Amino acid sequence: MSRQSVAKAHQKIQELSWEPAYHEPVSHYGTDYTFQKAQKKDPLKQVLRSYFPMQEEKDHRVYGASDGAIRGNMFRQVQERWLEWQKLFLSIIPLPEISAARAMPLLFRTVPNPELHNGQAIQMIDEVRHSTIQQNLKRLYMNNYIDPAGFNSSLRNFQSDYCGTIGRQFAEGFITGDAITAASIYLTIVAETAFTNTLFVAMPAEAAANGDYLLPTVFHSVQSDESRHISNGYATLLMALADEGNHQLLARDLRYAWWNNHRVVDAAIGTFIEYGTKDRRKDRESYAEMWRRWIYDDYYRSYLVPLEKYGLEIPHDLIEESWNQIWNKGYVHEVAQFFATGWLANYWRIDPMTDKDFEWFEYKYPGWYDKYGAWWENYNRLSMPNGHKPIVFEDVDYEYPHRCWTCMVPCLVREDMVMAKVDGQWRTYCHDMCRWTDEVAFRPTYQGRQTPNMGKLIGHREWETLYHGWNWADVVSDMGFVRDDGKTMVAQPHLDLNPDKMWTLDHLRKCPPLASPNVLLNEMSDDERTAFAARYVRGGPAGRAPADA
Amino acid sequence: MTTTQDAPKFERSVPKPVFTDAEAGAREFPDSNSRRYNYYTPQKRKQSHYEDVTVDVQPDPRHYLTQGWLYGFADGRGGYPLDWTVLKAWGSDQPSPERGPGSGGMIVKDWPATGWHEFRDPNEEWELTLYRYNSNVVRQVTQNVEAAKASKAFEQWNANWVRFVEQHIGAWMHVDHGLGLYLYANANRRAPTNMHNNAISVNSMHRIRAAQDLALYNLTLSEEIEGFDGSAHLETWNNDPAWQGVRDLAEQLTAIDDWCEAIFAANIVFEPLVGELFRSQLVQQAAPRNGDFVTPTVIGAAEYDFAERDLRYTTAMFELLTNDREFAGHNKAIMSDWASTWTAKSLAAARALQPLWSQPDAKPPRFEDGLDRVKSRFSGIVVSLGLEEPKELAQ
Repeated sequence: MSRQSVAKAHQKIQELSWEPAYHEPVSHYGTDYTFQKAQKKDPLKQVLRSYFPMQEEKDHRVYGASDGAIRGNMFRQVQERWLEWQKLFLSIIPLPEISAARAMPLLFRTVPNPELHNGQAIQMIDEVRHSTIQQNLKRLYMNNYIDPAGFNSSLRNFQSDYCGTIGRQFAEGFITGDAITAASIYLTIVAETAFTNTLFVAMPAEAAANGDYLLPTVFHSVQSDESRHISNGYATLLMALADEGNHQLLARDLRYAWWNNHRVVDAAIGTFIEYGTKDRRKDRESYAEMWRRWIYDDYYRSYLVPLEKYGLEIPHDLIEESWNQIWNKGYVHEVAQFFATGWLANYWRIDPMTDKDFEWFEYKYPGWYDKYGAWWENYNRLSMPNGHKPIVFEDVDYEYPHRCWTCMVPCLVREDMVMAKVDGQWRTYCHDMCRWTDEVAFRPTYQGRQTPNMGKLIGHREWETLYHGWNWADVVSDMGFVRDDGKTMVAQPHLDLNPDKMWTLDHLRKCPPLASPNVLLNEMSDDERTAFAARYVRGGPAGRAPADA
Repeated sequence: MTTTQDAPKFERSVPKPVFTDAEAGAREFPDSNSRRYNYYTPQKRKQSHYEDVTVDVQPDPRHYLTQGWLYGFADGRGGYPLDWTVLKAWGSDQPSPERGPGSGGMIVKDWPATGWHEFRDPNEEWELTLYRYNSNVVRQVTQNVEAAKASKAFEQWNANWVRFVEQHIGAWMHVDHGLGLYLYANANRRAPTNMHNNAISVNSMHRIRAAQDLALYNLTLSEEIEGFDGSAHLETWNNDPAWQGVRDLAEQLTAIDDWCEAIFAANIVFEPLVGELFRSQLVQQAAPRNGDFVTPTVIGAAEYDFAERDLRYTTAMFELLTNDREFAGHNKAIMSDWASTWTAKSLAAARALQPLWSQPDAKPPRFEDGLDRVKSRFSGIVVSLGLEEPKELAQ
């Protein structure tokens, strides 16, 4: 930048905006919020003359590191256990990023503050940066990591698979429905301000511990843009708070956005960090400890709570409940176990846990072994094909869960499952909050108030429905999760790349057909359904049948 | 006596490097050599880096999106509806696969399922390219202005030219800013593929950057030229009759509902007929004659953005549609209407600017000559798209 100070330059560019004199800009997106014009400032004073060179310099560092990693043979030291989970993560994350770019226009006509529009436009191009730089990182992994399967079919996988679909909420929620709910509260106030800490700071640290310093290089570079996005969100939130008529909607949206982010992000990132690592030093932070630091202390206590005095109704109960889920109810462990149970529907390999892992889990989460130890021993025992079926079909005291209609993560903490008939269909939910999201929040009225701009949950939200009655070999073929010999599966429940030890479609052909829990639920009589629900909530932990069953 | 006993070693707790041999080529197994993205068909023989980081990131239920869109607007529609423009690409009228219980994924094998997905940005813009390009521009613009300051170049300007720059060149920043935000950035939510939306968002940044370039240049001039009124552009933009046609038109452009019409009207019609008329036929011609070699370098950066990059992706995007194997006639008819409508409006706005040609002491070439040149260029653009020259061009 020239000798003009950034502050002076930023002040000058405020002269660029003008009030329409002849025609109003098109208004494509609606909101039930109301805003008064206000001079909320962009505290980060974003100016493109300094922005572009700054981003270019960051790029130099990222691409320099990429070259260094290849020349220095980084992949000789990368843990396969870790990189395999990146096949899932890096298939998901470019879409949320680009969706954040697409979300910015939702705010132009709904938030009357041109100074913020400038920041939102810069966020838009930041997000293009993030999406393409992450696609590029995946490309680098595909080209240089030992097993390209899953990376090479990444976006097909992501768009076909239930895990990808769970992650896709973290994108579609930004760009549809009420413009403020989507692009402000869900995206910037909760997803970016709270959960990018675990996504882009905690997870890269774990990558580095597993020999992968490219993920931290790229994602810390990404995270360095987030502070500007957080600032955009904060200014919008303050404008919304200024109108008391918005408080009811803010309370609704914070509850929905918080809970959905917790269900989706904690499920995925918690699993990557806890089950994708080989670093079992006792003094390295567990996901629960990271969550407590980054989300509970830094976000909840330092960011959210101070807003209470401005009239923001903080979902204290949900924040405590999220912690309860992570710490007492084993949410992350239940999710990791489910991913491993259903390994055959995935597009990455999942390494069995070892004694060293068990010891670490027991140290960090006392009581872990009693709940999950035996199951992971069975997973290890059943990992190589040897006349038996994949673990999901074997008797290891694990009952395949029903799926949550809202967050689409299965109902893994069995005692929390609730059931409701909504829109003429019986649906299961992983928690009453997810039922509330579907049945109460995403509706055209809320607590007696008209909310005509609120979005809708749509789509085939239970993946199993599509394949109800199919043979598993056909399911995996249909999804395309097959290697180039036409029979070996991309997914494996171990890391051994000896073709003789890898599962093929032939093994799956002998398995029972896939049954959709939701289809079956809707075929039940009322009495059967009542009995089913009563039994389901007595199950667990670790997917166990009820003790008295 | 000295002791040779070592102090107890303190070992930090850090992750230990482990040799894993997880690099490409370490073993042979199924897929071990399948090192390209296999889910899309490249435009040319080989997949490009640009395609790898762009194609299919934004999903489409007509391809792999087996569970469909998950979140919708209040009317239940999610994603990127094709009818957000009235133009059509082949396959647009075919319904999405109807998936349901036991249907399987119904992945569309015949891909691309619609002509929309054939579009590739000829500029191949992704993050690496867009930051390099724009950084180079802002660096060069800054250096040009700094060099001019150092050589006291602004002292050569006559008083009339100072007024011209503060008022009229200043006024153009509002056009760039308004369209950059409310037309281009707005349109980046509207198109059905990632290739379209990324190209449009880069276009948006060109315009916003160009607006800021002019604003900051204006700030420098306020500091360097005694009596330079840094706020004169506001009065000009708000009240000068010569600018009200451009302003009216710029506002109309931001009010367009259809995203294709917005890009067409702005990049195919408005920019050649009004933008290039102002930049290349007025400012670039008048400035040197009035002792100003600096302003053309600032304006020239924006001109290059449009002429060499934004127009390039725009013509590639619309050529596909005017040559569409199913809807070429439909698209041409609509684009012809758009061309007529926006040509008439653009020429009216352009003519309103005519008084500007007489304001500098050293006059630029005649307004009509400049207008003829931009009409000729515009005609070449529409004809290259397979459209007829609109009769309104004769106005």
